[in-house]
Amino acid sequence: MFKKVLIANRGEIARRVIRTCKRLNVLTVVVYSEADVESLHVKEADEAFCIGKPPVAQSYLNIDRILEVAKESGADAVHPGYGLLSENAEFAKRCTEAGFVFIGPSADVIASMGSKLEARKTMKAAGVPIVEGVEAPVKDVTEAIEIASRLGYPIMLKASAGGGGIGMQLVNNAEELAKAFEGNQKRAQSFFGDGTMYMERFITNPHHVEVQIIADDNGNVVPLFERECSIQRRNQKVVEEAPSPFISEETRTRMLDASVKAVQHIGYVNAGTIEYLVDAEQNFYFLEMNTRLQVEHPVTEEITKLDLVEEQLKIAAKQPLAFTRDSIQRKGHAIEVRIYAENPSTFFPSPGTITAFELPTGEGIRHECGVEAGTTVTPFYDPMISKLVVWGETRAIACERLIEALKAYKVEGIQTNIRMLLKTVTHEQFLKGYTTTKFVEEYYLPQLAETK
Amino acid sequence: MATVKASMAGTVWKIVVAEGEKVTAGQDVAILESMKMEIPIAAEEDGVVTKIIANEGDFINVDDDILEIE
Repeated sequence: MFKKVLIANRGEIARRVIRTCKRLNVLTVVVYSEADVESLHVKEADEAFCIGKPPVAQSYLNIDRILEVAKESGADAVHPGYGLLSENAEFAKRCTEAGFVFIGPSADVIASMGSKLEARKTMKAAGVPIVEGVEAPVKDVTEAIEIASRLGYPIMLKASAGGGGIGMQLVNNAEELAKAFEGNQKRAQSFFGDGTMYMERFITNPHHVEVQIIADDNGNVVPLFERECSIQRRNQKVVEEAPSPFISEETRTRMLDASVKAVQHIGYVNAGTIEYLVDAEQNFYFLEMNTRLQVEHPVTEEITKLDLVEEQLKIAAKQPLAFTRDSIQRKGHAIEVRIYAENPSTFFPSPGTITAFELPTGEGIRHECGVEAGTTVTPFYDPMISKLVVWGETRAIACERLIEALKAYKVEGIQTNIRMLLKTVTHEQFLKGYTTTKFVEEYYLPQLAETK
Repeated sequence: MATVKASMAGTVWKIVVAEGEKVTAGQDVAILESMKMEIPIAAEEDGVVTKIIANEGDFINVDDDILEIE
């Protein structure tokens, strides 16, 4: 096992990695920006180095500076967390070249999944179902319209380098497509430096279901079941649960099998997630692969009783997995909600200083949190401040615990989405397990209009 | 004359109009980036952009001036 791990991240995920390292007697080094001097991850790590100004480009994304700290502190491995540099192939490569173990897959694998169009091609070759569409860039409007007439409308027009909903547009006919094509291409060029466009058939009202995979260096691949993450706002997840209340046992088996095949095909090592869209008939289609630990990994931990950060460290240290697909049982039901510093109606972020912060306690309740009373939530980083995770023997028990915990969750001084979360998880459609990606639009936003 | 101000603290990510350009009320004139989110800032009235005050990449606070419309 490693002696000292550098954590190239901040907030709750940096603390999450520190916690497991401490339990395994691994020393921790963190980096931080001038905006995070007082933050909890800085206080809890064995060593902490300030690496620059608050904007991420001048601190948390500064690869040179992070590697200097790794050298200076004598770390032997680097954990990237999620977001920031976690899916940056260049960072993984530079870590390895400088002699540090990158806790994640190889730089080549990260790069191959980073291009959405490339990932589609690779998954198709692996035998994983993909949404009907193109496998090569769409050159111009004329070609786009020709392809669309073959696929049939509605069509999703997407940027290959895109993400977070940017550079993605739904079009219903040739006229809309003609209007959207060049604008989206230009936008993708200026946002991502890559204007490559592709197209897919549109899946109506899909579920977002993803499979957690863990794979070691000896070719052992174990799927750790799925997570349902359909409830989203601004194309970002807010409520995640495991197992999915929607898919059948047969669909589950097919999805896990496909995910194992995909991971074996690309030679993936460490923890990773394959995201799928699932339609009303339980057909599933590859969406993208996340080559890192996910924000919502705790729900998988709760139903499997594994520590995924521990598994990541062990795999990176070349240890074989201590379990197999047959030996892993899932038990009960877990739900995570993300607490965001944001306006609960417009979803705009709400920075400020937290004046009071009290977390609920009780059976089956777990917290992952990056703030405390007195913390200033700055405009520089993601607005997620904490995560509430509940486990219960059944989904109904988990829901009950979640509702009670949310009612007792106290954050003062900033606006949060707690009210939105409560409205969501007390809604009869949620309680019934009806959680498609249209949930917020169909059930939450109309409720707001009524109460105004 | 009207001054378009920042609705929240953040970095000026893009100024999407140029000095001398005609704009209409509700049209996006700048995009701020705050907490990993793009926040469009719209003109409140019709007019012509007379002066761009904030630079792309600047960090600005709530109510800081971005540009002037006449």
